[in-house]
Amino acid sequence: MEVGLKMGKGGGDHVCGCEKVKMGFEETELRLGLPGGGGGEGEAIRKRFFSETVDLKLNLSSKESSGINPNEEKVKGLRQEKSLLPCANDPAKPPAKAQVVGWPPVRSFRKNMLATQKSGSEESTEKASGNSAALVKVSMDGAPYLRKVDLRMCNSYQELSDALAKMFSSFTIGNCGSQGMRDFMNESKLMDLLNGSDYVPTYEDRDGDWMLVGDVPWEMFVESCKRLRIMKGTEAIGLAPRAMEKCKNRS
Amino acid sequence: MQKKMAYSFPDEVLEHVFSFIKSHKDRNAVSLVCKSWYEIESWCRRKIFVGNCYAVSPRMVIKRFPEVRSVEVKGKPHFADFNLVPDGWGGNILPWIKEMAGAYPWLEEIRLKRMVVTDESLELIAKSFKNFKVLVLSSCEGFSTDGLAAIAASCKNLKELDLRESEVDDLSGHWLIHFPETYTSLVSLNISCLGSDEVSFSALERLVGRCPNLRTLRLNRAVPLDKIASILHRAPQLVEFGTGAYAAELRPDVFSNLAGAFSNCKELRSLSGFWDVVPAYLPAIYSVCSRLTTLNLSYATIQSRDLIKLVSHCPSLQRLLVLDYIEDSGLEALASSCKDLQELRVFPSDPFGVEPNVSLTEQGLVAVSLGCPKLQSVLYFCRRMSNVALVTIAQNRPNLTHFRLCIIEPKTADYLTLESLDVGFGAIVEHCKDLRRLSLSGLLTDRVFEYIGTYAKKLEMLSVAFAGDSDLGLHHVLSGCESLRKLEIRDCPFGDKALLANAGKLETMRSLWMSSCSVSFGACKLLGQKMPRLNVEVIDERAPPDSRPERCPVEKLYIYRSVAGPRFDMPPFVWMKDEDSALGLS
Repeated sequence: MEVGLKMGKGGGDHVCGCEKVKMGFEETELRLGLPGGGGGEGEAIRKRFFSETVDLKLNLSSKESSGINPNEEKVKGLRQEKSLLPCANDPAKPPAKAQVVGWPPVRSFRKNMLATQKSGSEESTEKASGNSAALVKVSMDGAPYLRKVDLRMCNSYQELSDALAKMFSSFTIGNCGSQGMRDFMNESKLMDLLNGSDYVPTYEDRDGDWMLVGDVPWEMFVESCKRLRIMKGTEAIGLAPRAMEKCKNRS
Repeated sequence: MQKKMAYSFPDEVLEHVFSFIKSHKDRNAVSLVCKSWYEIESWCRRKIFVGNCYAVSPRMVIKRFPEVRSVEVKGKPHFADFNLVPDGWGGNILPWIKEMAGAYPWLEEIRLKRMVVTDESLELIAKSFKNFKVLVLSSCEGFSTDGLAAIAASCKNLKELDLRESEVDDLSGHWLIHFPETYTSLVSLNISCLGSDEVSFSALERLVGRCPNLRTLRLNRAVPLDKIASILHRAPQLVEFGTGAYAAELRPDVFSNLAGAFSNCKELRSLSGFWDVVPAYLPAIYSVCSRLTTLNLSYATIQSRDLIKLVSHCPSLQRLLVLDYIEDSGLEALASSCKDLQELRVFPSDPFGVEPNVSLTEQGLVAVSLGCPKLQSVLYFCRRMSNVALVTIAQNRPNLTHFRLCIIEPKTADYLTLESLDVGFGAIVEHCKDLRRLSLSGLLTDRVFEYIGTYAKKLEMLSVAFAGDSDLGLHHVLSGCESLRKLEIRDCPFGDKALLANAGKLETMRSLWMSSCSVSFGACKLLGQKMPRLNVEVIDERAPPDSRPERCPVEKLYIYRSVAGPRFDMPPFVWMKDEDSALGLS
């Protein structure tokens, strides 16, 4: 074995030719993904940072001693599944117990099964559903594999849109993003959108119907959405009539 | 001299002798004795086990073992069960099926775990293997009922179709109808994972009725309670049975039909299912309880007193899976009724609740460890633990081989002393000399790893979360655990030093998983460069790891030994050394 790989005196210093990493506290800092004061890139990383719930929890209670500045985004980041961007500030919702991805190590089919059995009992549906995951499959036309997203980790269509955009960022999701969903309320913009070659998010509801994402209130959407499919705008035109009707009914 | 002895037996005799050697380990040992034994063994090996689908390529397997009849392949690492492995990571079985379709036309058995299986793969299986008999898909995903229809329609000699815990896209419950009326060879059918999706019940009934060798039938939740009787009347020879939703309006005729049907099943040894249980219907199974060896109540949301009543009817119980509704009192009852108990799994009914919703503590586990002398395997979720309890358990049950403890809140200290649980887990590894699998939880320092490295010499699989203080912890494990094959770690302050210092150890293991730790990208690159027989995968969904300084920690790391080299199906968020960096150019 070469010297560089042995854990001997000073061996650690030469490991991978980078500066010596001190144990203990600095290790924790590294783990939180702040590359020791890196400027621009640090910003980008903080924005995309996830997990590390437990240590951040400890840090939150002893802010002064930690020497690390837990920023809003990281705190909100605690609540996210790994594949989502941190949620925007939502002061209305009380900070739920931070859920760490994959902990406790209970498989999804057990979690989902417990949730559906509970909602049949005295506990209010909201309480039960607040704890369960709402994992739905997301497919995108042209993408080689399916993803899954937990709808309960988002609080609005905006957040869902951001999450989807990030998930499939290597493919063009077009400009439908946030504007697109709200514009379903506007008939002419809707037709423009569907006539373009951009992608449009659609979903299958409990009745098996395919609908355009954005045409029902968020909570109702979360309850009724079985799976998501991001279609090409031109293909989604068939769904337009229903959306049109809803536009008309609203105005 | 030895050569003379080997050639004094004709090959057929050696083949015949080898045919009595079944275990993979022994067969591997046989093949290392000498060249001729290697060759003969290769020709006559009928079953192969591939613990990591990327450790070897299908072509290499086929080249060495041309006459295989049974294949078992595993894909994603264990932490994929808890959503830690991103979708699209890999583990697709199709390349294997394609190669085997040509090379093993007489393949009979395929067993897969944590693999992506598409309908295309299932259709290819149905088409390619004329004598196909056994399909077991454990925790797999990617296929739909269309693929199942293809299997049902084409595999005339199918004996086993077991979809345990897989994720199936339900397009139509009618796939069962594709089993032809002439098909009668079914021995085992497990469709419990199909959940609330309905299967054609009349087709199921007819299928069950015409297959006299059926011994295992596990139904899905959608099959109602009042249909069980008619199924059981058609298959009184069943040994293993899983109900659907065990709920119905309380009606005496339904109850007596059900009880009568169960009492006919003299061979029944294992029961499962029991979704949505109505406790009044539980006594319907009392007639079979005295013979039951396995009982899976892990979906049954029933209270402790009903569980106690049930369990006290089952003196022959060897294996119990249950929710924590059983509480300490139920476990005490179990300890006094079930002296043959070998395996206990207690799952959390409210994993995300902050406060305990049931009275289940470390006391229940202590009671079982005291009362059940044959207890070997434990999986236990609870909210508090103490060193004294763990020491007691260890002293009571030195015959433990599997000990997986999950204290729900990370880093929970000993509730009596507020210390770490190092001493408790230390006692477990010290007393239980045959311990093969261990999962840690609670507040733990580097000390516990020192104990593990010192005592856990037979340990093969270790799961660690939110534990340790420094690289020393990881170093103890890697340098001390001689039998270690699989190590999975999350959210621990382990970094580069221990990993690089023990690089050689990694080649003796199947795999190492580390997520949310402190291993830098630079260390991963170095490891990949220095160890050509290791695949070092960096999994990072945030951004390419080389877009940040090398000292930045990677999000997830999966290292496994491989003779197949880098794989070709990596998604955009997985990085591995390429040929250039292996040559030190990057």
